[in-house]
Amino acid sequence: MSTQPEIKAAYDVAIVGAGPAGLAAAAVTAGCGLTTVLLDENPGAGGQVYRGIETTPVRDPKILDRDYTDGHDLVLDLKETAAEFVRSAVVWSLARDGEIGVSVNGHAHMLRAKHTILATGAMERPFPIPGWTLPGVMTVGGAQTLLKSSGIVPEGRIVMAGCGPLLWLCAYQLLQAGCTVQAILDTTDAGQHHASMRHAAGFALSPYVAKGVKLMAAVRRRTRVISGVTQLAAIGDGKLQTVSYIAKSGNLERMETDYLLLHHGVIPNVNLAMSVGIDHTWDEVQGCWTPTVDNFGTTTVPGIAIAGDGAGIAGAWAAQYRGRLAGIAAVRTINPNATGLPDELAIRRDLAHAMRGRTFLDHLYRPARAFRLPADDTIVCRCEEITSKQIRETVALGAQGPNQLKSFLRCGMGPCQGRLCGTTVTEIIADARKVSPQDVGYYRLRPPVKPITLAELAGLPQTDDAAKAVVRL
Amino acid sequence: MTKRPDVIVIGGGIQGCSTALHLSLRGVQVLLIEKDYIGRHASGVNAGGVRRLGRHLSEVPLSVASMEIWHSIQDLVDDDCGFESHGQIKVAETEAEHSLQRARVDQTRLLGFTHEELIGQDELRDLVPAIAPHCIGAIICRTDGAAMPYRTALAFKRKAESLGATFLEGGRVDDLKRVGQTWHVATSNGTHEAPVVVNCAGAWADRIAAKLGEPVPLEVIAPMLMITARMPAFVKPVIGAQGRTLSFKQYENGTVLIGGGYRGRPNRDTNWTDLDFSKLADNAKTATALFPIMKTAEIVRAWAGIEARMPDDIPVIGPSTTAEGVFHAFGFSAHGFQLGPAVGRVMAELITTGATNIPIEGLGMQRFQNVRAA
Amino acid sequence: MFRRLPDKTDAGVVNFTINGEPRVGRRGDTVAAVLLLSAISPTRVSAVSGEPRAPYCMMGVCFECLVTINDIGNRQGCLIEVTNGMRIKTQTTRREAGA
Repeated sequence: MSTQPEIKAAYDVAIVGAGPAGLAAAAVTAGCGLTTVLLDENPGAGGQVYRGIETTPVRDPKILDRDYTDGHDLVLDLKETAAEFVRSAVVWSLARDGEIGVSVNGHAHMLRAKHTILATGAMERPFPIPGWTLPGVMTVGGAQTLLKSSGIVPEGRIVMAGCGPLLWLCAYQLLQAGCTVQAILDTTDAGQHHASMRHAAGFALSPYVAKGVKLMAAVRRRTRVISGVTQLAAIGDGKLQTVSYIAKSGNLERMETDYLLLHHGVIPNVNLAMSVGIDHTWDEVQGCWTPTVDNFGTTTVPGIAIAGDGAGIAGAWAAQYRGRLAGIAAVRTINPNATGLPDELAIRRDLAHAMRGRTFLDHLYRPARAFRLPADDTIVCRCEEITSKQIRETVALGAQGPNQLKSFLRCGMGPCQGRLCGTTVTEIIADARKVSPQDVGYYRLRPPVKPITLAELAGLPQTDDAAKAVVRL
Repeated sequence: MTKRPDVIVIGGGIQGCSTALHLSLRGVQVLLIEKDYIGRHASGVNAGGVRRLGRHLSEVPLSVASMEIWHSIQDLVDDDCGFESHGQIKVAETEAEHSLQRARVDQTRLLGFTHEELIGQDELRDLVPAIAPHCIGAIICRTDGAAMPYRTALAFKRKAESLGATFLEGGRVDDLKRVGQTWHVATSNGTHEAPVVVNCAGAWADRIAAKLGEPVPLEVIAPMLMITARMPAFVKPVIGAQGRTLSFKQYENGTVLIGGGYRGRPNRDTNWTDLDFSKLADNAKTATALFPIMKTAEIVRAWAGIEARMPDDIPVIGPSTTAEGVFHAFGFSAHGFQLGPAVGRVMAELITTGATNIPIEGLGMQRFQNVRAA
Repeated sequence: MFRRLPDKTDAGVVNFTINGEPRVGRRGDTVAAVLLLSAISPTRVSAVSGEPRAPYCMMGVCFECLVTINDIGNRQGCLIEVTNGMRIKTQTTRREAGA
């Protein structure tokens, strides 16, 4: 950590997030001579998909293969440029004029960038089931992160539940690592098979189909796969002890276990983008909010672009290409005469190839209604322990949107700032009011998008206007 | 709606909702028009301070009357509005500040008001053990407190509705014209008519006033607030400071709300506010100077509502000077929440009887009669 | 409880304490990772009801991994690497605040 670059007051380009999109964008902008700072709240580069890529203890390609290790190239490419990579840098505010508030080691800094690229990626879609707050219940992504960054895996019995490619990939990796994966409870919605078939041709030509099929077959050979799961609950006293579920038989079954790993796809991590007023729309198929961007990632706020899964879920390869395109756009805006830009057409060809099959996957793995609209007593807002029932009752009282709900119930007011409840709340309100999620809207997100202490805030340099422009209370 | 309204209220903040309620209590048919949703702006996102302490003398009678209503708010709106009364305290950090406070308390006593009291260091330390040791005394209003702003606005609305008032949300008033004895109020959702109109349009009230031929120099401001994660309970009264700007309150759930009127940048056409972190840095300095334990407190959210400020920092309350049948209640300059319950009653009295018992002469529209809008 | 896979890299060892007890980890482990390895559960309790919680997302969005590190409370353990001499304390009483 002692070799961290000092944060300067101004840069041509600031990039938030050092996953594939951020790494690729930074390499482009810095490679073209723009002063570039890359900020990531984690101690290392790689984001989620390439988590721990610089330091992973897992060197066995049978556990983490090329799809992971190839990420190292992105880090190497970046190291060849003059881009400044600041680790453990928590960005807590972004303003429309390009001012960024960031904290490193408990010290807050403000910096200004002519152009900002958000590459904050995606997060697991919230998967509220009864008992999901119990110790022993985690996300599939979380288990993968622990494997990649520390080479640690759950001991004891593991049940994995949900649907989507990541579920199968992680199951495979854990089995390869010698874990006891007791069962996979597959919640793939039977009703979605029909909707996805229209896009099957695209999937058949995609780069994912061969590996995907191979993975699923390998996993099915080594663990019990129960499909058609329509209900799930985590039960235990102080920690997870039992998973109950209903599958095709319609009977309530129980399975004792030590860990339950949940996965229902990933959705864009929107907090920073929304806090600066970037326009988002509700994607009905993916069931999440997606920013409005053009084909360079340019948003509705001038000077701010989004690249990678944060601009819409499309996977790691697409993230890299979209990062490069956002980098190209940044260079063209700041220095139209710059040379050394990568070949835009080639990148777009690669991007189109990487996007093949995504629509099929989006449709097939759209979580069933019952999981997006959890049962009454399920906790929806984990931070404040607000249940689905409480939300519906408050809507009936006249709180018509997530922000009124916030004021009334404290729903969404906890430290996670709605990250784990927001999409569920929007969908519940939409369902209760019989309107679209688009009409319901989302929490009004404001900075700081990550907590900051008063001491850190007090340590910021003050301007002269600061003490002057104050209202008499 | 089936019955033509007697009064159209423009604006669904606390002033509008309170006016609607008090008129409804008198059997008046009210239609309230709100361009966004009830409590969307200043009324829904302010610090919730319920105080008489430190008010401009023109506001004091209104504030004192309103405080009585607050102490039985449950009876009025069937909701306690989250009202807690542990006092409001304004600390003095120097002898000079304490002298100013002494003069202020004397002044209020001379005018017949007894709600403000001077206290010394010992009692201050007793009441607020966590206050920085250098604070030497304070003014206290022992039965002041705080409430939950959005919940309050909603409670007023629901009670008014139960008494027959109609609330139309999501439609903005575009124009108003008098035709004979009737006001025609054109909105994005159609035109409504009534003999009386009340302008409670907050940060947009000057636009309404301009259409009536009485422009006012209203400034649109965005006072910023911050709230912390939960902390162990350490302070019950709401705290302010004589020599610095601060509003500081810890809720029952342990979170601490910090305000100070530091201004962000509003855009009243897009409903957007930009925060200014360099000013929040000053706010943070003040909070930690007065409460050292706050250094490690975490801010989990900051925000700024859209509010109206008048150049003299007091509201405009009373009949229009140019338009018959129109009344104003706006421009509360970041301290209107506590006044809301009484303002509604005053407006209802003015409208139905032509007069009110509470002195409001200093707050009238007349004072801007020769002033052009900024 | 979590377990370590065989590690042939040479990352180095880190010494720290959890609730006063000396522990050893690998350079690069996050605080949340060493807590999961330690089998201490719960690592915190919810601020509302005091119900038991443990790290959930491992990527800084869920805020369930909040622990006290070197006397500063409510730090996201999944974003912070262990260092020599670090004092980690779980937050299993409600309304823990910083020093």
